[in-house]
Amino acid sequence: MAEHNPYVDDLSRGIIRENPVFRLLLGMCPVLGVTAYFINGLGMGLATTAVVIASNVVIASLKNYIPAQVRIPCFIVVIATFVTIVEMVLQAFQPALYEALGVFVPLIVVNCVILGRAEAFASKKPVLRSLVDGVGVGIGFTLALGILALVREIAGQGTIMGPDPESAILLFGEGFEPMGLFGQPPGAFIALGLLLGFANMLFKKLNI
Amino acid sequence: MERLLSIIFIYILVENFVLQRFFGICPFLGVSRKMETAVGMSMAVIFVMSMATLVTWLLYTFVLIPLNLEYLQIVTFILVIASLVQLVETTLRKISPTLYQGLGIFLPLITTNCAIMAVALLAVREEFAFIEAVVFGIAASIGFSLALVIMAGIRERLELADVPEVLKGSAVTLITAGILSLAFQGFRGMLTL
Repeated sequence: MAEHNPYVDDLSRGIIRENPVFRLLLGMCPVLGVTAYFINGLGMGLATTAVVIASNVVIASLKNYIPAQVRIPCFIVVIATFVTIVEMVLQAFQPALYEALGVFVPLIVVNCVILGRAEAFASKKPVLRSLVDGVGVGIGFTLALGILALVREIAGQGTIMGPDPESAILLFGEGFEPMGLFGQPPGAFIALGLLLGFANMLFKKLNI
Repeated sequence: MERLLSIIFIYILVENFVLQRFFGICPFLGVSRKMETAVGMSMAVIFVMSMATLVTWLLYTFVLIPLNLEYLQIVTFILVIASLVQLVETTLRKISPTLYQGLGIFLPLITTNCAIMAVALLAVREEFAFIEAVVFGIAASIGFSLALVIMAGIRERLELADVPEVLKGSAVTLITAGILSLAFQGFRGMLTL
């Protein structure tokens, strides 16, 4: 079924077979850096999704006008423009999230996932397929960030939907003593390493 | 002077760019397999990172701020870094072919190293003075190199270890990095700016 419809294939590729985090290990800095809380991980995933979709569409539409020799700088300028837009939008409408993500918002511009899709897909394929590809990769990236952030927040804080005390839900009651390590930098590496191992096992079992 | 020394100590050990701040993870995972490549990458990063901080700081302070163009920060910085890498590459090929050969593929790869961009952005955000920004760039790149070289040493030995099948490759590298990062946590709170 997936072989016959290129759109289904484009969409699912980024989510499972070429998941940027679990399979390709791209864009690891924000994956590790902002996943202490689920909300932050999700916000970062969605911000990156917005940039990858927009840059894929623009680059695919402009691909016949961009000279091959200077294509990388051109892609970077397009991506940087959308990152600036996303940064301004976040700053205006989600100031708390913007504060929490900090320098990782402008760093979306050097996320190799986005440049990788521009170079490998959008610069060769039609606009609509590039759009679908961007959506797929964005979902795959957000999914990975969300899962890691959920694991880290539950293990490290014992809550979900933190850090804001108003929305935070205590999962295990008041007496629970969380493993603080998972909220700290070493916990990020260890949690992602274990998740990767788990993903490898799953992919092997399912033969993907 | 005291402040400069604190910046050096903090960004090499306390706030190590790779192990505590998560900048430059891609090259950290990608080129830490062999000691030789790790050293090559470290040299290239120390060079470009120090230069990049210097140039972007000057550009931001003397061009973008007077013209009220702060919102062009991201576009400007990434272009400066990309052209700087290109410039370094061309110059090195002319004046020192041996060094150029040594650095090889690592030079172009640096453009997408987010540690470089992070240094440039943080130097402005932390409102460092000029000399502090330069020292910050050098210290951060030394911290990056330190983590990379330690990791390469560990990974060369890890090759011989009996690792469970599913954890082979990146998974066990990440867990090792976690333990290394745990060791660096010992420096936490020793010094603050």
